[in-house]
Amino acid sequence: MLNTIWAVMILIAVLYGSLTGRMSEVTNAALDGAGEAISLCITMAGVVALWMGLMEIASKAGLIARLTKGIEPFLHFMFPRLPKGHPAGEYISANIIANVLGLGWACTPAGLKAMEALAGLEAERGNPEYLSEGSGKSRRASKEMCTFLILNISSLQLIPVNMIAYRSQYGSSDPTAIIVPAIVATLFSSLVAVVYCKIKDRN
Amino acid sequence: MRALANLSNIIIPFFIFFIVGHGFVARVKVYESFLKGAKEGLKIVVDIVPTLIGLLVAVGMLRASGFFDMLGNLLAPVTEAVGLPAQLMPLLVVKLFSSSAATGLVLDVFRTAGPDSYAGLLTSILMSCTETVFYTMSVYFLAAKVTKTRYTLTGALLATLAGTVASVVLAGRMV
Repeated sequence: MLNTIWAVMILIAVLYGSLTGRMSEVTNAALDGAGEAISLCITMAGVVALWMGLMEIASKAGLIARLTKGIEPFLHFMFPRLPKGHPAGEYISANIIANVLGLGWACTPAGLKAMEALAGLEAERGNPEYLSEGSGKSRRASKEMCTFLILNISSLQLIPVNMIAYRSQYGSSDPTAIIVPAIVATLFSSLVAVVYCKIKDRN
Repeated sequence: MRALANLSNIIIPFFIFFIVGHGFVARVKVYESFLKGAKEGLKIVVDIVPTLIGLLVAVGMLRASGFFDMLGNLLAPVTEAVGLPAQLMPLLVVKLFSSSAATGLVLDVFRTAGPDSYAGLLTSILMSCTETVFYTMSVYFLAAKVTKTRYTLTGALLATLAGTVASVVLAGRMV
């Protein structure tokens, strides 16, 4: 995906730049962009290291495990047909908590495991599409998978660590001012996701 | 909104206090743990340096070529009617496909309009409330070898739309 986007951006830039006669600006922008990326990473490195350091303490103190356990009622509400104690539940919880805490890098592995476990659940339920590996039949997503992905994409996030770092790098007078509005917005988008999944789940 | 901004300011100190305090009481070696996590954080950033270089170069070239201005002028009548600066349109589209490419555009908004302008605030909130729809769906469904995704896309787009509307409303009250 990114291969196409990146190539298209570069190609358009050079073609359009030559049409508008702004080739020297394009040249400068290419060189400046590379330098800017490095200075941005220096700011980011500080913020991300701080955050990951705190998260390591939280994890050692058992806070993350407790949070993961704490959302079990929510999990049961969203996935009523998921058997209690099924490994999928654990992965889904870990993925949601990683999302909430802004550990974007940690949530993908748990998310992929969750999808595999949900596929396993379909096989346990005797869904023929999931029983044989590569039978040529195309698999339909289970309701649990749809719900999990919609929740994941609506991305409930507590503190947008990266955005704060970017804002401070570009001279914001108050980089953290967006935290509460962002929480309100993310709660709203997640609420819409929850309601939609519940309606679809019922039919 | 002032109150919201003030609340935003106390969340991080409170969060740090809570985590460190909790670790200390639970007799975790807090400082050693912090160093271990921080080291991991640095590795993550080093891993994304090449991505950022590639994207900031591409976005910078696009901006310098005048392409964004042309696109913005073209879309302005439509977008400004709903309170979205035309500058944000490429971001909204790219964000559906790739969050790192979107990051390049976010930084472009910050550089040209400033992070505290309406466009900057809107971008900040927008990027904090939704995920990359198509990327997430393709990676996750691939893991389960699913090809028929049923109502996932509708739900994901609906949530994204809700997040966008909420961001416009909230950012409008912050300036």
